[in-house]
Amino acid sequence: MTDDRPPLRQSASFPPEVLAEIHRAADQGVYEIRGFGAKRSLPTFDDLVFLGASVSRYPLEGYREKCETNVTLGTRFAKKPIEIKIPITIAGMSFGSLGANAKEALGRAATEMGTSTTTGDGGMTEEERQSSKTLVYQVLPSRYGMNPDDLRRGDAIEVVVGQGAKPGGGGMLLGQKITKRVAGMRALPQGIDQRSASRHPDWTGPDDLAIKIRELREITDWEKPIYVKIGATRTSYDVALAVKAGADVVVLDGMQGGTGATQDVFLEHVGIPTLPAVRLAVEALEELDMHREVQLIVSGGIRTGADVAKALAMGADAVSIGTAALVALGCNKAVHIEDYQALGTEPGYCHHCHTGLCPVGITTQVPELEERLPPEHGARLLKNYLTTMVLEAQTLARACGKSHLHNLEPEDLVALTIEAAAMAGVPLAGTDWIPGRGAT
Amino acid sequence: MTVIDLSKTSIRDLNQRLHDLNGADRTNEWRITNPNGEHAIAAGLNAPINVQIDGPVGYYCGGMNKEAMITINGHCGWGVGENIMSGFIRVKGNASESVGASGVGGLIVIEGDASSRCGISMKGVDIVVTGSVGHMSAFLAQKGHLVVCGDVGPDLGASIYETVIYVQGEVGRLGADCIEKEMTPEHRENLTRLLRQAEVDADPARFRRYGSARKLYHFNVDHADAY
Repeated sequence: MTDDRPPLRQSASFPPEVLAEIHRAADQGVYEIRGFGAKRSLPTFDDLVFLGASVSRYPLEGYREKCETNVTLGTRFAKKPIEIKIPITIAGMSFGSLGANAKEALGRAATEMGTSTTTGDGGMTEEERQSSKTLVYQVLPSRYGMNPDDLRRGDAIEVVVGQGAKPGGGGMLLGQKITKRVAGMRALPQGIDQRSASRHPDWTGPDDLAIKIRELREITDWEKPIYVKIGATRTSYDVALAVKAGADVVVLDGMQGGTGATQDVFLEHVGIPTLPAVRLAVEALEELDMHREVQLIVSGGIRTGADVAKALAMGADAVSIGTAALVALGCNKAVHIEDYQALGTEPGYCHHCHTGLCPVGITTQVPELEERLPPEHGARLLKNYLTTMVLEAQTLARACGKSHLHNLEPEDLVALTIEAAAMAGVPLAGTDWIPGRGAT
Repeated sequence: MTVIDLSKTSIRDLNQRLHDLNGADRTNEWRITNPNGEHAIAAGLNAPINVQIDGPVGYYCGGMNKEAMITINGHCGWGVGENIMSGFIRVKGNASESVGASGVGGLIVIEGDASSRCGISMKGVDIVVTGSVGHMSAFLAQKGHLVVCGDVGPDLGASIYETVIYVQGEVGRLGADCIEKEMTPEHRENLTRLLRQAEVDADPARFRRYGSARKLYHFNVDHADAY
């Protein structure tokens, strides 16, 4: 029997996922809260390609000539700048959002690779300090776990103004993840839904921030580099104001940046992609004659060595990874599939960090789940991944004839789309046209 | 007593000398003159010393204090005793915004008025204000006690957790999830202890108590209009 019905036509305005969300909202009367990052399609570094060497440029030998990767961070004011061996750092992710094993795995891998990890909204754990040789201590609006001893034990301080996943929003940790230990560190009742502040309690604008940074320098005797982390929105102004306030390092997090929990509407509809944000930040630094004097760390959707190389070519000093590091640890891996299904999802689609029931033991405080991620095993996975990213970035840099990743430059890049050309400020491939600037 | 004249010594040199006292003798006495509203004076102290500051101070005086006993003979700017861990800060004057913000322990006494957000995000510090406090005081306050002998501005204790607030004077509009609670004998005894520690002469019987209704501890769409 044949089906004579005409093909079904799906609404472009109301595709199945939109219909499902409206049905869910009607049932529950509240926005969706989830983890991970923006899922919508955005212009990315994939829209750029390198111009490898040829007659007009010559390359470096891939297996014979050095391509350096080291970075110094915090050279502006700090007595003790940070030296890292690779330009890829691990972004701030809280103990609470992540389990202790995951934090330890991040620290071990970073230490072996000669790079840094970052604390997160919840304070510093002893395991984290012990496992991570270079640890950046975050000062967040919530000030959970904040204390001067840990401030001094950190190797750098990161004042978090915002993050790419939710610029203008505060942290969120639902009650099921507020265990006794997490609650104790945050001075909160156990098991409550914790919604962090979105503004710092003791400063508001850029002039106050300058005074705050000076206080932090005084407390730490001007030893520690001070980073200022911003979510990518009004990037030109924010970078300039962070520099004016006295930052040694600006950490710029694009809207692809991930989170342990926030409103879906925040993830998908606030902020600008990392691609244009990098250009805006570099231009702001150049305008102030501070490019390279104040270092720029870029995060939000960095996944490969190609992303690293492109961010550095656009002028970043280093990148930072969060979600990608967790994926290396096993996030969304096709194991324990029945546990994904119990959450109503499948490997490859999971964003259920907020539930605390992470099937692979990363974003959980449940001991039985945490056991699925032995720290030494996780560290090995992340070390392999970081090694691969560095090798990839070096491959691209050598092909462009660069003996250091920092020698990559915008001139090495062209864009595959008009949008990417406009956002990144590099020519559309095959032309000398940068949209918005006219022909050169 | 060691006297430091800030018209001749930099804040950096002062703080370095005070930080180098880590674990110093309890009898150490310091007097700081000509503070002239400078910021971060005596921030990050970590020793049981007495520090007297003669004159007005700027932002973050006594920030993240541990153990030290600091007396400010003058008004102070934002965030006095921010994130204080322990010790004692007494301000003989008025205080600007965010007194004791996110303070974890210790005691702060303001012998005067405090501006808005007094005790914001406090996590265990005790704060006693002999005068009045401004709007949004004890916003997101988690632990510790806020005692106000005068009046309080609007939105007291918005999104408060387990901090206990005692107010003697007029109370304006309460913040989200903040309610008046019964003043039991246990609370009166607690308040008596706080006033004694602060060396403030007030009658505990005249105070009322405020705290969290705990309705916002778990997100419930039926409470969405509370924000």
